[in-house]
Amino acid sequence: MAFFLETLFGGLMTGMLYSLVALGFVLIFKASGVFNFAQGAMVLIAALAMARLSEWIPAWLGLESKLLGNILAFMVAAVFMWLIALAIERWVLRYLVNQEGTTLLMATIGIAYFLDGMGQIIFGSSVYSIDVGMPKDPAFIMDSIFEGGLLISLEDLTAAVVAALLVAVLAFFFQYTSTGRALRAVADDHLAAQSIGIPLNRIWVIVWTVAGLVALVAGVIWGSKFGVQFTLSTAALRALPVVILGGLTSVPGAIIGGLIIGVGEKLSEVYLGPFVGGGIEIWFAYMLALVFLLFRPQGLFGEKIIDRV
Amino acid sequence: MFYRENGQFKSSYRADQQIFPIRQDRIFMLGLLAAAFVLVPLLASNYFLQAILIPFLILALAAIGLNILVGYCGQISIGSGAFMAVGAYAAWNFGVRIPDLPLVAQILMGGVFATLVGVVFGVPSLRIRGLYLAVTTLAAQFFMDWAFLRIPYFTNYSPSGNVSVPALSAFGIPVQTPVQRYLFVLIFVVVFALLAKNLVRGAIGRQWMAIRDMDVAASVIGIRPVYAKLTAFAVSSFIIGVSGALWAYIHLGSWEPLAFDLNRSLQLLFIVIIGGLGSIVGSFFGAAFMVLVPVFLTNVPHLFGFTLAVDTASHIEHMVFGALIVFFLIVEPHGLARLWSIGKEKLRIWPFPH
Repeated sequence: MAFFLETLFGGLMTGMLYSLVALGFVLIFKASGVFNFAQGAMVLIAALAMARLSEWIPAWLGLESKLLGNILAFMVAAVFMWLIALAIERWVLRYLVNQEGTTLLMATIGIAYFLDGMGQIIFGSSVYSIDVGMPKDPAFIMDSIFEGGLLISLEDLTAAVVAALLVAVLAFFFQYTSTGRALRAVADDHLAAQSIGIPLNRIWVIVWTVAGLVALVAGVIWGSKFGVQFTLSTAALRALPVVILGGLTSVPGAIIGGLIIGVGEKLSEVYLGPFVGGGIEIWFAYMLALVFLLFRPQGLFGEKIIDRV
Repeated sequence: MFYRENGQFKSSYRADQQIFPIRQDRIFMLGLLAAAFVLVPLLASNYFLQAILIPFLILALAAIGLNILVGYCGQISIGSGAFMAVGAYAAWNFGVRIPDLPLVAQILMGGVFATLVGVVFGVPSLRIRGLYLAVTTLAAQFFMDWAFLRIPYFTNYSPSGNVSVPALSAFGIPVQTPVQRYLFVLIFVVVFALLAKNLVRGAIGRQWMAIRDMDVAASVIGIRPVYAKLTAFAVSSFIIGVSGALWAYIHLGSWEPLAFDLNRSLQLLFIVIIGGLGSIVGSFFGAAFMVLVPVFLTNVPHLFGFTLAVDTASHIEHMVFGALIVFFLIVEPHGLARLWSIGKEKLRIWPFPH
């Protein structure tokens, strides 16, 4: 039982990380109808920027404090993600308005290639580490109920809390600010939104920047957990089943989908893995999403797909 | 002026419905085939055959297969590399386990197995559509990657997971030198391209296109979505499977599951999109683009006397490649095939503007 609960908690916390990447997908898809395959590349480039800047900035400015260095690096990395969003809007999206979904998907794959290359040219291509002071030691809880208590990784817990906070902030931003209202209007119907004077181009920049910031947070968390290297860009592939499971257009869907996939993956790896040879995590997530989709083709929380002839 | 159909009167339905109704096209195609079968083997160097022409032909074949699914039937698939892998490993297993099976039969059996797997993974398309379907095709990709890596039966218990083919021969003729391998591949490509071209302009092709344009409307006018979608998956996977077997047997010789990973699938999708969705000739253009650009990118710095560090060069290649893809999508979203038809139209009325 204790072991089962440990696995379950582990799964929930990994799931939060998946949700974080999935959130980036959902934000961009809602606001611009682009299925952003480059989200993984954005996570990678953001994490690379954070890792290298937190080395470079203290060296340039002669700072002693690690905290200050990290904060400055985070801010510069955020500005960097904003510049990327500006560039994508200016040179890619603007020309591809009203193209088909497939074409846009392909364009984002092109962007992903470009960002992968650019990030590694600017920031180098070795393995780097991010140290933002996340607790590394595991903790034991509930030792009154279970013998020896439950093993919980504090690092995962911190990450899950940060992710939950970020989601709360985003929900607030979307629900209660005028920019958030404009974003929801564009997501609902971009022609109608344009006709009442909401500038589409600016909305796109904002959305891509927000997605970039989400990628930055995800990159910092994943990066400090696993190290910053090229494989980080596969984070997107881990998050894709989450997105379709929850529904492409639903923010809560991304969270709950992430939790389902996280738990499903961990439980399958622990209880099913030994029988079939291990390493089944990645395809199991997709199969799980596939099974759910067979019953609800629009995802758990996606808008119902209505066909009209 | 040179390219026009004046004076070519059709007096039978047969003549009206042939693949190339215009005489100049027929002459051009015959000339092209003659050049491909006779001139190229005489003139091309081994490097040119091995590094450019053979991969070009096999990728074009795979792209034709994918184009049937994506371009004609409208079902986006990001998992085509998996079907290439199934073709390659099925063919190889038949070769190893049934010693006297001829080479061509092995390759075709690879196609048959890819068809079976393709139909299984095509079943969700009856319920799931659009981008949701595209993501679920990744299930096929990751499942197959995993299966060929972790299930030792498929690699005949080879310790490294690496498999290789013995010396090849078909119908008693060896298929070993670059020229022989080139001709072997060329025959496959020509046969399958003809087959695909005829399929897509027949009844089944029209059903696919109706499903692509709007599946609800298509089912209202009496097209069965189950039949149309599953046949598209079957035909497409068969061709992709055959091309996978060719890629493994002829181009690689020895390979591991990584040869057919997600990057291969994305590459095929690029070929189809850059070449032109719903165009057989576009698949060839796209494949040529995909094979030539990396060669070009590696050689350009040398022309200007730069020598770049290997990893920097590969990063720059990534960047240029990504930028080129975006550029092409912006300039011509309908792909190189559209440029080709615009060019033909221009030639038809040249030297007059209208």
